[in-house]
Amino acid sequence: MAHPATPISPPLKDELDIVIPTIRNLDFLEMWRPFFQPYHLIIVQDGDPTKTIRVPDGFDYELYNRNDINRILGPKASCISFKDSACRCFGFLVSKKKYIFTIDDDCFVAKDPSGKDINALAQHINNLLTPSTPFFFNTLYDPYREGADFVRGYPFSFRQGASTAISHGLWLNIPDYDAPTQLVKPLERNTRYVDAVMTIPKGTLFPMCGMNLGFDRELIGPAMYFGLMGDGQPIGRYDDMWAGWCTKVICDHLSLGVKTGLPYIWHSKASNPFVNLKKEYKGIYWQEEIIPFFQSVSFPGECTTVQECYIELSNQVKEKLGHIDPYFEKLGDAMVTWIEAWDELNPPSKATA
Amino acid sequence: MSHPIIKDDEVDIVVAAIQPDLTSFMEEWRPIFCRFHLIIVKDPDLQKELIIPEGFNMDLYTKSDMDRVSTSILFTGYSCRYFGYLVSKKKYIVAVDDDCIPAKDGKGFLFDVVAQHISNLRLPATPFFFNTLYDPFQKGADFVRGYPFSLRNGVKCAISCGLWLNLADYDAPTQALKPGERNARYVDAVLTVPLKAMMPLSGINVAFNREVIGPALFPGLHLAGEGKQRWETVEDIWCGMCAKLVCDHLGLGVKSGVPYVWRNDRGDAIETLKKEWLGMKLMEEVVPFFQSVRLPRTAVVAEDCVLEIAAMVKEKLGPVDPLFGQAADAMVEWVRLWKAVESASPTPGA
Repeated sequence: MAHPATPISPPLKDELDIVIPTIRNLDFLEMWRPFFQPYHLIIVQDGDPTKTIRVPDGFDYELYNRNDINRILGPKASCISFKDSACRCFGFLVSKKKYIFTIDDDCFVAKDPSGKDINALAQHINNLLTPSTPFFFNTLYDPYREGADFVRGYPFSFRQGASTAISHGLWLNIPDYDAPTQLVKPLERNTRYVDAVMTIPKGTLFPMCGMNLGFDRELIGPAMYFGLMGDGQPIGRYDDMWAGWCTKVICDHLSLGVKTGLPYIWHSKASNPFVNLKKEYKGIYWQEEIIPFFQSVSFPGECTTVQECYIELSNQVKEKLGHIDPYFEKLGDAMVTWIEAWDELNPPSKATA
Repeated sequence: MSHPIIKDDEVDIVVAAIQPDLTSFMEEWRPIFCRFHLIIVKDPDLQKELIIPEGFNMDLYTKSDMDRVSTSILFTGYSCRYFGYLVSKKKYIVAVDDDCIPAKDGKGFLFDVVAQHISNLRLPATPFFFNTLYDPFQKGADFVRGYPFSLRNGVKCAISCGLWLNLADYDAPTQALKPGERNARYVDAVLTVPLKAMMPLSGINVAFNREVIGPALFPGLHLAGEGKQRWETVEDIWCGMCAKLVCDHLGLGVKSGVPYVWRNDRGDAIETLKKEWLGMKLMEEVVPFFQSVRLPRTAVVAEDCVLEIAAMVKEKLGPVDPLFGQAADAMVEWVRLWKAVESASPTPGA
């Protein structure tokens, strides 16, 4: 795709919201200002609602704290996690835009190997606006990138690709490891810049990290629920994982694509591995059953919308994972509550086919 | 966790000589190939004598060797390399086309293609769940948060598919539409191609564990009028799709990514376009077939899997085009040959 010589309006300026969960501060936005300032921000303030979180000047934003969440959702607010970055999905719920980019408040602008600042948002937009290739693996990765194409042997009937629903970015510096790996390798830093975007094949699951993520809200939004985590819940740090598994099986069913790879951001903060271990440990052994569950999920032909798939999924979660822990019954119910909240805040007339 | 070391004397480098003068090719590769035993296979259609520089530990095979072994299998053109795979007595094969030279990094150092392929084959593959940091066994990487622990041992890697800088492995129409496009992007990663994902396995720069997957890399699908340009062939794509099925069935891994070779400019894509590009049309027919293949549990080695696939090809694709029927016959003959060669001189145990 050729780049115009004269600057044009930032792409998707009025069609994309940036959702940021925070419990600390938003100082990191200063570094992102050149890339983010044209866009509307949705700040989801976790934790103490009486605390004031200052948004740097010059940004157009809306901010929601726990009181706002309770006010807007009423009893349905029970599905939104507290004291966990999972609360970010409230921002997805209230957004009125087609696209979402979500980023953590400890993620900064990274540099590419030439030393240039990486505009992560622009790359996500590019990923979302170009097709994915879930049906056949292209060995030169994203064939729609400049300088690349489909390789010999790639069936022509697949070259139109599928619509891209999710763009999963990566991180330099502090890698997104689980607690046991962090404990064993506390000093490991991700220094390898892999200059590729690729589609995760249909039928393959992956661990979706929520700290640098873009998605098409109209295509997959209702499935981007980050589950019940944090305060009062037996598990944490599996919010994005859960959303990733749910969205992937639904994307596979609806022939939508999920890309991973560029862009990189610079992840600056290493969380405490002992705290993480306490949050994760149930997830670590629960996932041994959760993964086979997702690997064998199938949707009946009548499920043709994301909401239908998601409700079907919530039933299967309760039926097939309920035996692991009562948590999964609650989670299944919360998934239904989420869809109800979604449909209430995003009435069908606005939804696209 | 330690993974087995692969020794130099367990590796054969197989080169198909499509052009007679291998001097510049061999000299470019000398720093990397000199440690290894080479099998050079001369294209039976090539009339001229081969010119091969001195100083390599190598064996040369020609038409007469191939005729002694089989007269029904077509070892012409790029397919002559499979003869090298057949007669090798080593556990691992690395094969590179004769129009490729080592790629260089930004400082001018050669990327050691063989060392990288060996590393790919030595370290486990992870086909059951995608790791977003790519190969978790590479230095500086690991499994990411959310990767199930029970899947972290990985499985044996059977095939390592490398890539190409400069002239990428495009088909003729793609290259003809973008005559100036050259692949300049070095992607510093190798990753496992997930279970059930189909892929185009290019034979230009490939390595494999001959013991576990050798029978599944065969010369099967020959196009009429197949020439001496990669654009005019699909033999590697065909056996690659079969090999991926076999790997998926047997719980083996296929990796793709580094190492890169530098592929010299050669041929004219537009000239190739003038020929009928039957290969690409055939590819469209085979995809639904491959999506539907299920191998029986009783097929526990590559030979059995290939025979099962051959039978299915004969039955389901034979009616579509006679070339598929011929491919199925070639696959059966290949397995017969493979077993005959193995029983005559079995390779040392793993």
